[in-house]
Amino acid sequence: MVRVYVSSVVDTSADNVWSRIRDFNALPQWHPTIADSRIENSDASDRVGCIRHMHTRDGGMIRERLLALSDYDYQCVYEIIESPMGVANYIATLKLTPITDGQRCFAEWSAEFDCAEGRERELTELIGNGVFQGGMDALKRHFARR
Amino acid sequence: MLQRVARSTIVDAPLERVWAVLREFNSHDQWHDVVDTSRIERNERGDQVGCIRAFSLKDGNRIREQLLALDDRTFKSTYCILDATVPLQRYVATITLKRVTDSNRTFWHWESTFATPPGMERELCDMVATQVYEAGFENLRKHLRRGNDLRQGTAESPAMPTAMAVASRRVVLKSYGAPSVLRAENDEVAAPKAGEVRVRQRAIGVNFFDIYLRRGWMPDLLPLPGVLGMEAAGTVLDVGAGVHAVMPGDRVAYIGPTPGAYCSVRSVPADQVLRLPAAVEDDVAAALLLKGITADYLLRDLGRVTRGTRLLVHAAAGGLGLLVCSWAKSLGAEVIGTVSSPEKARVAREYGCDKVIVTTNYQFASEVQNMCGGADVLIDGLGDAARDENFAALARRGHWISVGQATGALKPVATSDLVAKSLTFSRPVVFDYIATRAELVTRAERLWTALSDGTVRKPPIERYALESAELAHERLEQRLTTGALVLTA
Ligand SMILES: NC(=O)c1ccc[n+]([C@@H]2O[C@H](COP(=O)([O-])OP(=O)(O)OC[C@H]3O[C@@H](n4cnc5c(N)ncnc54)[C@H](OP(=O)(O)O)[C@@H]3O)[C@@H](O)[C@H]2O)c1
Repeated sequence: MVRVYVSSVVDTSADNVWSRIRDFNALPQWHPTIADSRIENSDASDRVGCIRHMHTRDGGMIRERLLALSDYDYQCVYEIIESPMGVANYIATLKLTPITDGQRCFAEWSAEFDCAEGRERELTELIGNGVFQGGMDALKRHFARR
Repeated sequence: MLQRVARSTIVDAPLERVWAVLREFNSHDQWHDVVDTSRIERNERGDQVGCIRAFSLKDGNRIREQLLALDDRTFKSTYCILDATVPLQRYVATITLKRVTDSNRTFWHWESTFATPPGMERELCDMVATQVYEAGFENLRKHLRRGNDLRQGTAESPAMPTAMAVASRRVVLKSYGAPSVLRAENDEVAAPKAGEVRVRQRAIGVNFFDIYLRRGWMPDLLPLPGVLGMEAAGTVLDVGAGVHAVMPGDRVAYIGPTPGAYCSVRSVPADQVLRLPAAVEDDVAAALLLKGITADYLLRDLGRVTRGTRLLVHAAAGGLGLLVCSWAKSLGAEVIGTVSSPEKARVAREYGCDKVIVTTNYQFASEVQNMCGGADVLIDGLGDAARDENFAALARRGHWISVGQATGALKPVATSDLVAKSLTFSRPVVFDYIATRAELVTRAERLWTALSDGTVRKPPIERYALESAELAHERLEQRLTTGALVLTA
């Protein structure tokens, strides 16, 4: 089991960040590597169990299922059903925590998965740096104080 | 009804350092201002689950608390009040730390639930939130900033006298000239002034620029006796008044326009100092900060190198050269390098140089023209000896970026020299590209990221003792080095 963990501080309230990322269908609006997304079976995009069907900018197809959504904890858990990355049992959690001293929040994005032996480093790099940190950077840029 | 209070903050220090203080159940009388004295009962250790701390507050109240759980994996400590002269009932509190991975800081969450006598809910919630948790955040910050956690025998030892000078070795120049003018001697470094950071240096970057200064080409910048060196990395010893961005014990690197880094302890302005990510070692930071930032501004800002740019790099196997080659390659450029030996050619190729010209007498123009029809961008640290060949090697509308003069001072370039092929000539200096703090931080972060994700390959680093600065200079000047050089202190 490989574990990837990335965390960051975004200079705005958890509510503000949550309203940008809560929608399971909204990844293309805030993540730079995702080109498009739709929800399968015309489900609501915040129905636990719904599946998002996305394409990355370089053409890869990813399908992910929403496993848990909590407005109370600012947390969303999802699994990969299909992707070009070669991962199995992939479950990721995206979570926000308010920081009480100041208008900012703590953002965590983590995943656990299995993969072929020898690919751990490469995938940790791709997911940690490319996907998770790339997303964090985009959020930080979006909410950067002027 | 149970009350719940939660407060959180970000501490500008690595998690390990914050946790080292907080996991010790009896440390609070050293850092929390409301606590007067505290002791652990029955002579138990302060990290023994089940141990009890008995303490008094400055306002005279007394409390006994028991450590219920301690978790070094999730950095969590849970404790409860056993009895107290304050009316907090069934009080259970948890401290949790989490790593802010992208800036090596710490998220600290402090939370509790408790009951109160009727009517006192508001008052006690406020008290816990502000006087215990929020004040605690500030107090611990101050504790770390002063480096109190780094001293041994903490409780009784007096605060470190801040005005103390610290012994240092430095390599000093009493006259300009050959490498043999570099001599090490003992020195003392006074406490940091306001706005300064005193650094215990572990590695110092050697740059070709140091050689120009040593030869006396820029006496205004290096009056005698003088100390060379524009960059180094190490650990913060202490900080002057008004410095909050770094704390004693932090691993840092710095770069600045005033020479003086060839030494083991130095005070520098805080705005030149960068905290280092855990993955960047001292010698890597010292070796690559100036050269890496130079590669960044040359390729990104000045040369605007992109896919297909025909880039000519002189001294391609040197410190700056290898960084430029591998970064330019990642950007999709067609990279051509010049070097003086087949061995250097091999290294340059390994670092992304598509074609390498081996020449010891600076003849390369016709080969460059044959290979690609002329260079769009030329990164030239050679100077005068390559002057005519450079003009001939450039393509129409080419950009000659003259970054240095390893072969001797470049004779002035006239505007009439440029008109034949609509050439551009630039003569940049790295310090103008890190003139603001924000720019320095952005470029350094881009460099560390590029090194960690493989966009840039780390060049080989040759290490010399500070005492052997003479040898390092000799070898750099005699073209015997590949990659970057550092002095270790
Ligand atoms: N302006 C800026 O912002 C800036 C910043 C950093 C560096 N620089 C400049 O970039 C150049 C490279 O710097 P560096 O610190 O990375 O040094 P370096 O490239 O590691 O060392 C200099 C190299 O220059 C070549 N060279 C050719 N003729 C030489 C001669 N007569 N004497 C000595 N060396 C000769 C050698 O390579 P071969 O044996 O392969 O010819 C030598 O290894 C220098 O000119 C430096 O001043 C400028």
